[in-house]
Amino acid sequence: MLYARLIIMRLLKAVIVLFLIVIFNFFLIQMAPGDPAAVMAGEAGATDPEFLRQLREQFGLDQPLYVQLWRYISGIATLDFGYSYRQQMPVFDLIMDRMPATLLLTGTAFVMSLGLGILAGSMAAARAKKLSGSVIMALALVFYATPLFWVALMSVVLFSVQLDWLPAYGFASVGTGYTGFALALDIGKHLILPATTLALFFMAIYTRMTRTSMLEASQQDYVKTARSKGLASGVIQRRHILRNALLPIITLAGLQAGQMVGGAILTETVFAWPGIGRLMFEALMQRDYNLLLGIFFFSAALVILFNIITDLVYGLVDPRIKEAS
Amino acid sequence: MKKTLTLAIAAASIAATYAWAEEPRSGGIINTVIQPEPPSIIAGLHQNAPTQTVSGNIYESLLRYDTDLNPMPQLAHDWTVSDDGLVYTFNLHEDATWHDGKPFTSADVVFSTDVYLREMNPRTRTILSHVESIEAPDDHTVVFTLKNPFGPFLLAFEAGTMPMMPKHIYEGTDFRDNEANNHPVGTGPFKFESWDRGRVIQLVKNEDYYEQGLPYLDGINWHVIPDASSRAIAYENGTVDVLPANSVENFDIPRLSELDNTCRTEQGHEYFSPFAMLWINNREGPMADKRFRQAVMYALDREFARDVLWNGLGKVPLSAFGSNASFQDDSLPPYDHNPERARELLDEMGYDGEEVRLLPIPYGETWVRWAEAVKQNLQEVGINIRTQATDVGGWNQRLAEWDYDLAFTYLFQYGDPALGISRTYISSNIAKGSPWNNVEGYENERVDELFDLAATAYPDDKREEYYHEVQGILHDEVPVGWLLELGFPTIYSCDVKNLVTTGIGLNDGFKNAWLDR
Repeated sequence: MLYARLIIMRLLKAVIVLFLIVIFNFFLIQMAPGDPAAVMAGEAGATDPEFLRQLREQFGLDQPLYVQLWRYISGIATLDFGYSYRQQMPVFDLIMDRMPATLLLTGTAFVMSLGLGILAGSMAAARAKKLSGSVIMALALVFYATPLFWVALMSVVLFSVQLDWLPAYGFASVGTGYTGFALALDIGKHLILPATTLALFFMAIYTRMTRTSMLEASQQDYVKTARSKGLASGVIQRRHILRNALLPIITLAGLQAGQMVGGAILTETVFAWPGIGRLMFEALMQRDYNLLLGIFFFSAALVILFNIITDLVYGLVDPRIKEAS
Repeated sequence: MKKTLTLAIAAASIAATYAWAEEPRSGGIINTVIQPEPPSIIAGLHQNAPTQTVSGNIYESLLRYDTDLNPMPQLAHDWTVSDDGLVYTFNLHEDATWHDGKPFTSADVVFSTDVYLREMNPRTRTILSHVESIEAPDDHTVVFTLKNPFGPFLLAFEAGTMPMMPKHIYEGTDFRDNEANNHPVGTGPFKFESWDRGRVIQLVKNEDYYEQGLPYLDGINWHVIPDASSRAIAYENGTVDVLPANSVENFDIPRLSELDNTCRTEQGHEYFSPFAMLWINNREGPMADKRFRQAVMYALDREFARDVLWNGLGKVPLSAFGSNASFQDDSLPPYDHNPERARELLDEMGYDGEEVRLLPIPYGETWVRWAEAVKQNLQEVGINIRTQATDVGGWNQRLAEWDYDLAFTYLFQYGDPALGISRTYISSNIAKGSPWNNVEGYENERVDELFDLAATAYPDDKREEYYHEVQGILHDEVPVGWLLELGFPTIYSCDVKNLVTTGIGLNDGFKNAWLDR
């Protein structure tokens, strides 16, 4: 009961935060030089005042700022995110169109980095004094320090150009007419490089964090007690050390999960992955206000949502937190 | 030994077979790239380059142009011009149809030019201001009567400038907000199939095309790949057959050109003739002095820029008129790289080291490096330069608001001074809000008058007289810096034949292309 009230309170706060974010974003993008009409006219290579006036009128940019803001907010209240004149499509459709690709990419990378990171980290902690532990940590450091775009380009050069094992770019092969399993396999092949590229960085962080956190936990008295009880070392590692070491990892995972919908601009660009990150970057370049605000809104909402989820997961992992709240 | 010989003979005969196999073959799909992804592929709706590249295969105009910019038949199979240069009569193909099966008639031409384009396309609107009336005496004849002779009128019937739009779909609707804008209907050799946003645009062969036997290809796929090096890789590993101009960074071009079975052409841009220029804000500071602007011209090492940054492609221009534009006066003395002379001019005018801002154009790595080179050239003669970085939106804004000192740009020339050159220099074209008009703020009554006279003079030798005089004045006053007539190479697999056959290049090139595989 208390728990339900807590969630309701958090959601209420979330709505207020979201509202403030919308207003803040609205004014923020007004501060960028140029507007969508000017960018569009600029691309045309020719323009006259009449042409610009037509575009601004069509986009509603000829209205005073407060009218534009009011229109936008009242639109959002009815879940109408406006129209992208640049892309000739409603903003909501555009975002939903790109959402599956982005979720597939960031979701895969999330699971991959979290799973492998915790695994590698626990191994490194268990083998802290052995060579294999040091090798894991050295690799983690390399992936942590290497710029993402470089990893991306080099993996394309190696796996696509030199070895020809994996496709270099895109979401699926064009014009194959694949369906069902064949299509899934094709998408899967396209997914490997971008997902791995994206996962490496976070994987390195999880590895380092898990190791440190586990080494710390293993010094605790309850571990000594468990050992003296004669428990198997594997059980101690999993049940007693890892579980207690998980909290900081969950915090980080919550942050990463919150960013999933924002996509990954660099990875999506290099691999021509048709996701939200690219959509956002292009919208920014083209001053596509409605689209940009729409993406900001969804990303913000997701970050808030995952913050709440993270807090709930804390409670599951460590009942003491649940009681305290 | 014998075996090698047999092999050699076999190889030779295979080669011979291929040499004979120049008869076009039907079939096959071409994969190419489009960068950036266009906002739409409706020819009349958007005028940016990627829209034109894709829509040029869906939509057509009455004419097209060869690489010397002579008109060729398209939707009009022939045409006549009256002796006084005022009446243009076009005879249309009788069996041309729209992709939805409706016949294409003179009513579509009248609607497209007189209604649709007058409202939608600022550049076409200016050309059509010379037209008194557009009439259709019968279903397959259109007569344009001009208010005054207009020399380049026949050059205006290019698919991007004067695309034919279907009257039955657009008449009486809001052109910008028509449902049909998501499903283009043209008369061209290829029909719209699908557009997977962020991934690929697919066109398929128009089986009912009115020109017998064309097109040869079954379809075209335009892949959307946002990163330049990924585009280069896509060509390298064979998923893409054609890299249109501007789709890879210049420093990748020599490497890609040397790949096996790779062809390259610089043709196909004659109609556009992209001309890189340096806007010089004539209104303020040292730039208001003609000697400063001349000093800039002498300071620039334009050969270096061409050879190092542009792979030796393109031409160093003499003055305002490029080599593909008609009426170029090639007797003018070139502005050679002469830092000594530049310093003299700066001393003479008493330049005091006032800071001058340089705004590069944010179109990729080559342009950034070019700005570095120009900065160095100018610093060498003692000009105090500060570079400003911005994105496309900011660049547009600064130019449109005249908030710059020196700025890079490039402009299309459209084959005739009245279409693509005068707009940069005439004072009636000074207006805030556009980065493409007389942005530098140059005013000279005689120049205005000469451009005006030349546009409407008839016949051509009278135009030439005026244009030569105007070039002399501009050459001396240097309203803008003339950097380079750009050479944009198209890189493609040699299996693709007949790819670039017109002065409009890939924008209408796939019509005649075929695949030898």
